[in-house]
Amino acid sequence: MSRSAPALPGRVRVGLILALALLLAAPWVAGPYLLSVLVLALYYAYVGQAWNVMMGFAGQLSLGHALYVGLGAYVSATLYLHAGIGPWAGAPIAALVSAGAGAVIGFLAFRFGIGGVYFALLTIAFAEFTRIGFEHIDWLGGAGGLFLPVVARGQLDIVDLRGGPRLFYYVLLALTAAALWLCSRLKHSRIGYYWLAIREDPDAARALGIDLFRYRVLAAAISAGMTSIGGTVIAFYYNSLTPADSFGSAKSIEIILGPLVGGLGTLAGPILGAFVLTGLGEALRALLDATGHQVPGATQLFYGLVLLLVIKYLPNGIWPGLARRLGLG
Amino acid sequence: MVLLEVTGLTKSFRGLKAVAGASFAIETGAIVALIGPNGAGKTTCFNLIAGALPPDAGTVVLDGRAITGFSADRACHAGIGRTFQVVKPFVQLSVLDNVTVGALHATRDVAAAQREAWRVLELLHLDHKAGQLAGTLTLPERKRLEVARALATQPKLLLLDEVMAGLRPTEIDEMVQVFRRLNRETGLTILLVEHVMRAVMALAHRIIVLHQGRIIAEGAPDQVVRDPAVLECYLGGAPA
Amino acid sequence: MTAQRFLPLRDLDFEPMSWDVYANVIIGGLLTGLVYGLMALGLSVIFGVVRVVNFAHGEMMMVAMYLAVLGCGTWGVDPLWLMLPLAALMFVLGYALQSLLVHPFMTRPDHAQFMLLVAVGMILTNGALILFGPDARSIQVDYALDSFELGPLLIDKVRLYAAVAALAVAAALFGFFRLSATGKAIRACADNYRGALVVGLDVRRLFALTFGCGTACVGAAGAMLVLLGDVTPSVGPAYTLLAFVIVIVGGLGSMAGALVAGVLIGVSEALAGLILVPSMKSMVSFGLLILVLLFRPQGLLGRSA
Repeated sequence: MSRSAPALPGRVRVGLILALALLLAAPWVAGPYLLSVLVLALYYAYVGQAWNVMMGFAGQLSLGHALYVGLGAYVSATLYLHAGIGPWAGAPIAALVSAGAGAVIGFLAFRFGIGGVYFALLTIAFAEFTRIGFEHIDWLGGAGGLFLPVVARGQLDIVDLRGGPRLFYYVLLALTAAALWLCSRLKHSRIGYYWLAIREDPDAARALGIDLFRYRVLAAAISAGMTSIGGTVIAFYYNSLTPADSFGSAKSIEIILGPLVGGLGTLAGPILGAFVLTGLGEALRALLDATGHQVPGATQLFYGLVLLLVIKYLPNGIWPGLARRLGLG
Repeated sequence: MVLLEVTGLTKSFRGLKAVAGASFAIETGAIVALIGPNGAGKTTCFNLIAGALPPDAGTVVLDGRAITGFSADRACHAGIGRTFQVVKPFVQLSVLDNVTVGALHATRDVAAAQREAWRVLELLHLDHKAGQLAGTLTLPERKRLEVARALATQPKLLLLDEVMAGLRPTEIDEMVQVFRRLNRETGLTILLVEHVMRAVMALAHRIIVLHQGRIIAEGAPDQVVRDPAVLECYLGGAPA
Repeated sequence: MTAQRFLPLRDLDFEPMSWDVYANVIIGGLLTGLVYGLMALGLSVIFGVVRVVNFAHGEMMMVAMYLAVLGCGTWGVDPLWLMLPLAALMFVLGYALQSLLVHPFMTRPDHAQFMLLVAVGMILTNGALILFGPDARSIQVDYALDSFELGPLLIDKVRLYAAVAALAVAAALFGFFRLSATGKAIRACADNYRGALVVGLDVRRLFALTFGCGTACVGAAGAMLVLLGDVTPSVGPAYTLLAFVIVIVGGLGSMAGALVAGVLIGVSEALAGLILVPSMKSMVSFGLLILVLLFRPQGLLGRSA
């Protein structure tokens, strides 16, 4: 399969244009509930892509990615609350901090030759350590967290990201599109090739002159920086952030569900996976609501089952099969 | 002109000397074969030069530059290209992409690397399989892919690790032709570790014989195969 | 912004605590640590032999704890009586899990294996949430507040009994692996998988047995832990992480290491709870994990490489 951009068959092209039109128009035609679901789906699509850079491209399993979501949220929220720095400036600053954290963790891990499950455990340990730490830092709100001033209905302040779901929908849509573009460029660049080589066979990659350490740390840093922007946006969307919500291990797992279900290492996989899972999850919740039962934990149980089934029967995710069916690549 | 100079190379594993003070030189444009019975230390020697193992003592000098103890990627930067005894293709990547990874060592531009990859694939008669996944190739094809990938890094010295193992006689002859042509047309210097004497006799300008970590004979192929010390270590006499 | 202390240390302005407070806390931590050690022993066996990263280890213990609570509630017995039946039950579950679900994944890439067990963990945690609700469940035994007095030292009866039980189970497991033919066969598999196959050992069955042993430990430990604390659906992931911390600090493949590290973690968490704020005690464990992973990945008693 050639790695240059594939020529799309006609009907797929039409389908994509339709989908794009729908996506752009959605906030104006969808009701508030559906809109909130879409916002969530886009969020997971975005952070899933960010995580995919590290796992799907460079083959490093991070189970503590919520660390970067949290850093993005806390750094930008603190800058906003305590220094009046709006999110458009706060997000890049937070991204730099997160990229730095990712680079440090990557540096420590790869310098000491830690991979596989040990690396995954290391990432969990860092995320949990940070979570507990933040719960005890009072000026960051401790366990109760931080609150951003809630906006009046109808107020739209793009500069400070104060607005309703419609604003965030477009912001996340733009972010997801940007991530898609970035990942595509990366995948077809020298870095992308080297990452794939490292993922496939590190020893062979080394023999071809690839500095494993440098490229692994790079993947960690880029992935972390990208993820943190998602953290910033979601903090401003919900107007509140707590260490448990931001750094929690459950959140780390949620981030990786999309790419795993959709297709690790692919461009469309994380997006597809996020939409499928969020959609199905909400459908389940709606179903349960309709029967009058509110069952906490039902959606998570459902996600667990989906994950189990996908891992067992569709290890490469949904996308590769779908892509073949649609005649792509 | 000497391209590779190995002096006093020594490596022990848990007290057992695998390579004991080996010294030899390889001229630019030569094809040299390193042979010896099993356990002679050929692969260890190979890995010491290629950067997969650091030596306990001795030096390796490539093109006037000391590369002793270099890691595999630094060795590649210095001009070493190597294949693996058990081939390691990037299974989920296409044949073209496999070689492109190698070519990206010499150039940062992906398009240029892909062109170079095509060129190398043609040289190795793999261009018709460029779009296929490396995982679908047969063993001889994988071996050629391995060589192509290493070649794409534009090495000064190509190290081949038992590249003929597992191939049928016709396939061996094909590989020999490929290397002969490469050597003739591009002046590529090759050091091969090999068991398959058919290939060694057909390819090598010079043969170095290793036995119990020491070099016991060195010279033109017809001389070496008649050397009594060589015959003794291969055919019997003192236990290995 | 008020001038808050960053590190919420206990107020050390008045006279320092006397040594017996520390001693009691340490003893308590030691005893609890032995139970943690048993739990981690199960993981060490699974991780070390079958090489499966059981990310659902803590969740399985949570299940055992709930079963213990239910059992105590229904039959009014001391949870320690339920130790053996629970161990047996969990053995069967572990055996089934390994042979049916996990075994086909032995040849798949690592991350597939982890995620499989993460999925199992999610299912267990949320299944428990749906069945039992989020509220904590616990049991009360008559001797819950009693302690033995040894001079100035106070040793909680529940902790002592649990610790003794843990040691007993651990000893039984040691005995099994050292002395029985099956145990030796399992150790052979761990040391040399291919060699074991060549010699004709039924690896699949042995792996399932081993996994079962691991989950049996968890079953027993669960019965003990309900004596020491309560259970909610969310303790699963926390115990999983704790088990991994202990196994890695103690050293993969070392059964003694799991117990030693369990005690170490138990004591350090107890001390951290005393000196720092109780909610920070896990930080010590995670900090220790990070340090061990970086500087001594084979752990205290593990084999190098």
